[in-house]
Amino acid sequence: MTVRKNQAGLTAEEKRAFTNAVIELKRTGVYDRFVTTHNGFIMGDTDSGERVGHRSPSFLPWHRRFLIEFEGELQKVDPKVALPYWDWTADRTPRASIWSPDFLGGTGRARDGQVMDGPFAYAGGKFPVNVRVDGRAYLRRSLGSGVAELPTKAEVDAVLNMPVYDTAPWNSSSNGFRNHLEGWRGANLHNRVHVWVGGQMATGASPNDPVFWMHHAYVDKLWAEWQARHPQSPYLPAAGTANVVDLNDTMRPWNDVTPADMLDHRKFYTFDTEPAAAAASQR
Amino acid sequence: MNTITRRQALGTTAGALTALGIAGATAHAAATDSRATQPVGTVDEVYQGRRIQITPAGGGHHNGHHGGGHGGGHSAGLPTVLIDGRELHVMRNADGTWISVVNHYETFTDPRTLARAAVRELQGAVLAPFAPMGGPA
Repeated sequence: MTVRKNQAGLTAEEKRAFTNAVIELKRTGVYDRFVTTHNGFIMGDTDSGERVGHRSPSFLPWHRRFLIEFEGELQKVDPKVALPYWDWTADRTPRASIWSPDFLGGTGRARDGQVMDGPFAYAGGKFPVNVRVDGRAYLRRSLGSGVAELPTKAEVDAVLNMPVYDTAPWNSSSNGFRNHLEGWRGANLHNRVHVWVGGQMATGASPNDPVFWMHHAYVDKLWAEWQARHPQSPYLPAAGTANVVDLNDTMRPWNDVTPADMLDHRKFYTFDTEPAAAAASQR
Repeated sequence: MNTITRRQALGTTAGALTALGIAGATAHAAATDSRATQPVGTVDEVYQGRRIQITPAGGGHHNGHHGGGHGGGHSAGLPTVLIDGRELHVMRNADGTWISVVNHYETFTDPRTLARAAVRELQGAVLAPFAPMGGPA
């Protein structure tokens, strides 16, 4: 069974296995298919039209399925690899070990934002940015410049306390847990992390930065923590909603998976610290 | 690919654009009288060495149908934003704010502010055509 661990606690060997598998998927072209898919949904999902991957209730189950598929590809390369998660409330500065040369590499240089160290630096020749919104083929970041601070634990807790999964009109103006976690409303959690990293992570082609997967693995964990706090709160909407993926509707691009299929992550993987027991005692 | 024909098509309709209330992007046209040749919301400026051209949507309302799914074709209800002649994919949020594909997770109050942020983000790089690899695999 796959166990997703906090990236901060990975061994050197686990870090190397993860980055090597990512680079192998880049080499074979599998990686870039995921970037293309994500950017297609980013550009297609709209508040007033059909919306599946973003700004809608299915933001969370869509990304859960997307990450499961990516993790499956990593495991075809190396069966020992699982997606790590980045708890950005704890590891919240550019000096955190996640940005070390032995893992994801650091921030970009001032002149052009180019990441200059780590396995994904353009000069290493193994991680060209091919699916892109502009002409630049090198991985870029500007940690902490687009927005000064990552979300805090207190801000996360306030969102986890929201009892309703999502509300009409089921888009970026909604109240409820999903939209506050996604970040279009309120303190802004998920969106703000994309902006804090900068570079490709701030664009529609954000999976070009491998930290995308670790950011979303943590967003996914927060969904699991929310479920543990609110065991009686269902995914919404239940049925009959135009342009929106209801509980038992299938999701593009797979067309054979529904939000209902994605509600229990333990069918697919567990976390190093499962949320249920600890959260229940707080209620 | 179809980006070219879309751009050409937009060019042919540029003279027929109607004035739409695009919050905050009206300063340029507001300085002229009602016979202004540029409709409200039009921007044509050089910012940090890049030419920004914004033409309002050519009919319909701002929350009109947007592209429809894969690859994000241009929709009738959105303004066209060009940077050095290349189209920037933009989207309007339900609360009236704006995002672009190069600043996708950060909202802006109007298309001009959004375009200027894109210029800063690009640091001189040219925009790629929409959905460069053709949409979802």
